[in-house]
Formats: sequence, C-alpha cells, structure tokens
Amino acid sequence: MHELGVTFHVMDHLEKVALENNASKICKVTLELGEVSTVIESYLQSCWKWACAKRPLFEGCELVVETLPAVTFCEGCEDTYATVEYGRVCPHCGSDKTYLLQGNEFNMKEIEVE
Amino acid sequence: MGDVRILEIKESVFADNDRRAHQLREELREKKVFLLNLMSSPGAGKTTTLVRTIEALKGEFTIGVMEADIDSDVDARTIAQTGAKSIQLHTGGMCHLDAEMTRQGVEGLGIEDVDLAILENVGNLVCPAEFDTGASKNAMILSVPEGHDKPLKYPLMFEVCDIVLINKTDVLPYFDFDIELVEQHIHKRNPRAKVIPICAKTGEGMDAWADWLRTEIKKWRAGE
Repeated sequence: MHELGVTFHVMDHLEKVALENNASKICKVTLELGEVSTVIESYLQSCWKWACAKRPLFEGCELVVETLPAVTFCEGCEDTYATVEYGRVCPHCGSDKTYLLQGNEFNMKEIEVE
Repeated sequence: MGDVRILEIKESVFADNDRRAHQLREELREKKVFLLNLMSSPGAGKTTTLVRTIEALKGEFTIGVMEADIDSDVDARTIAQTGAKSIQLHTGGMCHLDAEMTRQGVEGLGIEDVDLAILENVGNLVCPAEFDTGASKNAMILSVPEGHDKPLKYPLMFEVCDIVLINKTDVLPYFDFDIELVEQHIHKRNPRAKVIPICAKTGEGMDAWADWLRTEIKKWRAGE
C-alpha cells in the first residue's frame, strides 16, 4: 500500500512544521500531484481520512490535491506535448528521443493551521 | 476557534528524505563503508544472488547484510549461514525503506568492522525507487521470467540504478526474453546503467558482477 506509506511520511513532516509554528491543529493541507506520479489521488484520499482519525493534530483535516499536468519535451523537434495522451513518441515528428518535463511531482504546497 | 493561518511549505514530499539520505551517504563515505542498495521484484533472486556475492567477496571484504521485509526472518537466516553478519529489518507493512530506516539498520548492524554493507530492499519496483536510502550505489535484479518489458513499465526504477543484473539466464530457452532488447529499453531510460546477465544458481556472470563491485568499492574508498 504505497499511498499509506507516503501519507505517514507527509504527516510526519507537517506535524513538525505545525509544532515549529506553534499551531495546535492542522485544518487543511494542499498537495500538488503530477499527472504521472506514482501516487493515485483516490487512494491517497482514503489513506488520508484513515490516518487523520489516528492523529489528534489532523482531526478532521481536509486534503486538497491540485493536479499538475504531465508535459513531455521532444529533442527531435524541440516542441512539447501532453504525456498522458501521446506517451513516449512525439506526435509532432515521431521521434522517441523525449523526456518528461513536468508531471512526476509530489509536493507539499501549503497548510492551514490554527 | 483560534486564528487560521496559512503556512507555505513549497517542498517536494521526498526532499526531507533526500537530505537525510545525502547526510547518511557522506557519513558512510567518511567511514569508508560502501553501502549497496539491492532492489527487485519479489522472487527475482536477491537473496540467492547475495549468497553467491558473499562467497565471491568474503575473502577480500568484511560484509554485513540488512534484510528488509514486511515480515519473517527467513532471508536473514539464509544469509547468516554464509558467515556474513546479517540483521532482519521489519518495515511494519511499509513497501520501501527510507533514509531514516536505513540509518537505524546501519546502526543495528554495526559498521565499525564492515567494508561492504548490503541493504536488501523490500521486493517492489515502485516505491524503493522513489526513496533514496543513502546508499553508495543502487543495483537491481530483473529476472528472465518477469519479461523484457519491465524497463518500460517501471522506468523510475531503471533510472535510479547504477547496475542492472539480468538473473536466471539458465531459463532463457523457455521464455520469450530478448536480452538485446532489454538492454535497449534500459539504456533508453538510463544510458549510464551497466547491464550484466547472471545466473545466481549456476554462477554464470558472477565474476563480472563481483569485479564491478570491487571497482566501485575501491573508487568509493578513494573518495571518488
């Protein structure tokens, strides 16, 4: 269960941030998730709910996930295209010399605390 | 209700782990301990390969092994029979080891007298690739029955590896596994990865693998 592992990892980090800022409650957490990252949002939401109930600081904490679109760069024609739609081969010139520019991110953006 | 404040974090989930991993790697470098992170799917032959590796190198290096599994100690027992120091780490359901767990493992193993420490990661091609353990080098084993398309399906795993061992070459006649094609797939994602076909059961390719380790350990100790 990959998502549960990363949920604990995120919560451990945010707990530290909250305590350093003298917060007694984390009400809302915003994460940025790339379209082709290895984390599935619906699983993450389920794990989040489950883990929140076990950590007083996160009681009732809302999880907001912002999706970052995946974009691939083609070295052949130096253009970009949507990764999810076209995969590894460039739809403009047919080259397979391509690499992911953006889309595998998993970032903690901000938290709302009391 | 108290005042609501917004705290900007703007950091990758993996950044904190990356920092810890970097710190552990530098500490190990100072102590001249080479840490190998060995990854693969379950059943690709990590433990059997390790037993052969220990046999090949135990005359030259003092070896310590950390076996990470969700449960049981069967792997640590198998390794202990080789005479190498070994401990079993339980990940408590977690699908990977992170830098902090690796540090605890290193401390549990005790590395004062160890030249080569080997971390046998949890059998999984996804999460272990995302969490840097602090190892000197990353190795993975892809076994013939898994198929030559794995580098396409799990690109990150192949991108983070310094070396890929293609194991179980003795069963090649029974599978549609194309070694040349798998090398192309690997090098497309990671041009610097070394690829060595081996068979841990028969010993094929084990000399080349042991040589690679010798060279890398030497470079590590020289501070390269």
